[in-house]
Amino acid sequence: MTKTDLSHIRNFSIIAHIDHGKSTLADRLIQTTGALSAREMTEQVLDSMELEKERGITIKAQTVRLTYKALNGEVYTLNLMDTPGHVDFAYEVSRSLAACEGSLLVVDASQGVEAQTLANVYQAMDANHEIVPVLNKIDLPAAEPDRVKQQIEDVIGLDASEAVMISAKSGINIDGVLEAIVHRLPPPIGDASAPLKALLVDSWYDAYLGVVILVRIKDGRMKRGQKIRMMSKGSTHNIEQVGVFAPRMTPVDDLGPGELGYITAAIKTVADCNVGDTITDDRAPAAEALAGFKPSIPVVWCGLFPIDADDFEKLRESLGKLRLNDASFHYEAESSAALGFGYRCGFLGLLHLEIIQERLSREFDLDLIATAPSVVYRLERNDGTEEELHNPADMPDPTLIKTISEPWIKATIMVPDDYLGSILTLCNERRGQQVDLTYVGNRAMAVYRLPLNEVVFDFYDRLKSVSRGYASFDYAMDGYEEGDLVRISILVNQDPVDALSFIAHRSQADKRGRSICEKLKDLIPKQLFKIAIQAAIGGRVIARETIGALSKDVTAKCYGGDISRKRKLLDKQKEGKKRMRQFGKVEIPQSAFLAALKMDG
Amino acid sequence: MSGMEPLALYIHWPFCLAKCPYCDFNSHVRERIDQARFFRALRTELAWEAARLGRRPLASIFFGGGTPSLMDPATVAALIADATTLFDPLPNLEITLEANPTSVEAARLRDFAEAGVNRISIGVQSLNPIDLARLGRQHTPTEAIAALELARARFPRLSFDLIYARPGQTLSAWRCELRQALALAADHLSLYQLTIEPGTAYEALHRQGQIILPDDDTAAALYDATAEEAANFGLQPYEISNYAQPGSESRHNLAYWRYHDYAGIGPGAHGRVSLGDTLIATRRHRAPEPWAQRVETQGHGSTAEEIVAPEERGREMLLMGLRLAEGIDAARFATRTKKSLIDAIDHQTLARAIDAGYITWDNTRLRATGEGRKRLDSLLTALVL
Repeated sequence: MTKTDLSHIRNFSIIAHIDHGKSTLADRLIQTTGALSAREMTEQVLDSMELEKERGITIKAQTVRLTYKALNGEVYTLNLMDTPGHVDFAYEVSRSLAACEGSLLVVDASQGVEAQTLANVYQAMDANHEIVPVLNKIDLPAAEPDRVKQQIEDVIGLDASEAVMISAKSGINIDGVLEAIVHRLPPPIGDASAPLKALLVDSWYDAYLGVVILVRIKDGRMKRGQKIRMMSKGSTHNIEQVGVFAPRMTPVDDLGPGELGYITAAIKTVADCNVGDTITDDRAPAAEALAGFKPSIPVVWCGLFPIDADDFEKLRESLGKLRLNDASFHYEAESSAALGFGYRCGFLGLLHLEIIQERLSREFDLDLIATAPSVVYRLERNDGTEEELHNPADMPDPTLIKTISEPWIKATIMVPDDYLGSILTLCNERRGQQVDLTYVGNRAMAVYRLPLNEVVFDFYDRLKSVSRGYASFDYAMDGYEEGDLVRISILVNQDPVDALSFIAHRSQADKRGRSICEKLKDLIPKQLFKIAIQAAIGGRVIARETIGALSKDVTAKCYGGDISRKRKLLDKQKEGKKRMRQFGKVEIPQSAFLAALKMDG
Repeated sequence: MSGMEPLALYIHWPFCLAKCPYCDFNSHVRERIDQARFFRALRTELAWEAARLGRRPLASIFFGGGTPSLMDPATVAALIADATTLFDPLPNLEITLEANPTSVEAARLRDFAEAGVNRISIGVQSLNPIDLARLGRQHTPTEAIAALELARARFPRLSFDLIYARPGQTLSAWRCELRQALALAADHLSLYQLTIEPGTAYEALHRQGQIILPDDDTAAALYDATAEEAANFGLQPYEISNYAQPGSESRHNLAYWRYHDYAGIGPGAHGRVSLGDTLIATRRHRAPEPWAQRVETQGHGSTAEEIVAPEERGREMLLMGLRLAEGIDAARFATRTKKSLIDAIDHQTLARAIDAGYITWDNTRLRATGEGRKRLDSLLTALVL
């Protein structure tokens, strides 16, 4: 591939609501620019990447490099970046967007602007992107381009008068999109002769190549054989391969400023490659790193235990394999009186937790119990010693504790003002402190300080539901503060279930205790005998529920021919029971452990 | 002496005119049935079984199926004659035959009575014409009533079956239908809650959501109402789904629940027979024609037989015996299983079950109460070691 000067490079991402045609447009761009032949275009390229994501690299960014000869006769290199889109990975998304200068905002010409579009478009604005609106599906009878243009202006505040009118499916005006990318999005800036500064956008583990790093060069050049240094860690590696995604991995001689590509450097685990880090040349290092690097720190912890104790070893191996490809996730061995041996695992957020759990069960065929998620508390004992608490079950006797501190976040919530009231109510219910409240058109921006433990369970779900999906939410950690925190234990038939205990602010304790007892009442199926469920702080019961005995469970017909079958069934049930976790002679289904602690409004 | 255990003899006729969508019994539909061939095979297998069991007291004979009322009455007569010759019939030998209430079969009731059958069990299932059709039955309520009246006149003892907790059936509709049935009843009724059995047509409908079974509270209410209505007509629940006037219980079926010896003849028939001190679980080949072929070549259609070890005997006796209102006699349990009853159950569960009113235990007899029997499957899982 020939080297491209900066003015002939465009790096862009596509922002769209699901089904508004992001994949189809990406396919058309790839096809029109000839990156793949018509024969190769039988499947949606980005969709196959989605599948890839579903199978594993869920939080990974992807790029495609396109070569386009514009109407002015000049040849441009266009890098399309596909980004993840969840608040858990907000930081990863912001790094992806930081690798581009512009975005296409694709809106369905009949459906109009939808909730998902908003959060993404504001993130792009935060990244100082130039944004080109594109109206898709204009050939459909239901298309109302004028109404949707107006909506884009009203809701997003973006000039849509020159929106590109296309149909990705019918191939209408794809050239118009390419021309807009070339003429309306800015080229990157950078200095090829300056010391190397490359943004580490993402990394993943490949069984053949080792770790593959996706980079965006800001200044300087990267080439094979170069000795590079990770600026945050100081580790050095020799580049083995430099390449671009076209869309397949294609080696090139080098990468210069403004370019997006990949490198491999015989790196064994992605833990050595922090997203957002700056890569420089070891021999001629840059004086300072690119702004905005944050090491990924797990903020939510929960216990993962194999349902079958024999699977512990398998769980250990599986976690090790996952960690190869996902450095943002941490684990340490843990044992529970109720659940046996397992691991205490740290995640970026709840979605991240669910993804890891899902992968463990799907890819590694592990049946797991996950305990309620918890944040990291800091304890100061009366004797002055300090410790971190990842697990409510480990909380020492309250009389030994001088203070408990909890992590706070600073949350920014943007929402159409119709929903502001319910958002403020939600934040106040969660012990939020208002920092700022401003309006941009008919959109409000609320800045709140919130204790993270009020956010980890289901804050994001609640936020979406009270704003009908129109609220966007971002947060940053904002230090620790002492709080009046208590541990609530859950007892089933008088036996404490350590895996269900949790920490809450004293003012919320009664409500949370009642709520979890009510939840467990619904989650635990009726059994032979009635079940008492209690929530307690120390020895004081703060809530109780009773699950009545099941009222009928008997085989209607049982004669001479049924004896063997019934006996074998009984044997099987007994075997199953042995493997089932029992608490106070009660079987608790695994779904109860996570669901019980989610708070509903 | 276990060799002197009185024997209950089961004879299976595997053919039906049509397969009912709820039924998972070993029944088969054939265009033509070689009655003579199956008659010969049943006689041969009966003789083979009798030869190894030796002469012992015979307490009952039960012709089940399938639809044994489709048998040639002469076959029934000959099998009864064989059985009473090969074994020593007790004076009050109970001989039951299952019958369907179609007009064709009703017409043969007299012949069955003459063949020696002294108890008839009729598969009425419902008195509601629409539900009968849904259950795939070949008869109408009118035919059922006619057959019952005819049977009452011919047989000293009569039972019939009903299926309840049918899709859409309300408590009051069931009470009403049951009262009508009780007015027609004699000394015995079998009242079954509809169960979705694996592999049946109903299972597929259930999976698709076209059949919805009542929840456990509704099922319990239907069950309680059933016992209440039956009691008003003098029929007591002596087993989970069986109701009788005292003394009119099915002696043959009691042999299963009391875990006595029973021999099973015919395709798919099961047995528990003592040979010396050993208890053997017997099983016959399920498919009718291959079974007959085996009998013709080797004298019997047995597939793998297993010895039932003492622990397994104990479990089997518990899961059968607690179905009965009378419960399990500890002394009989010890003789039959060579294990002590109290060692076969979980003591902690026993204590809780007694406390909850599910079980009574007085050191001689272990009984599941009405409340306990209603939850017997869960109770057994927790109780039986």
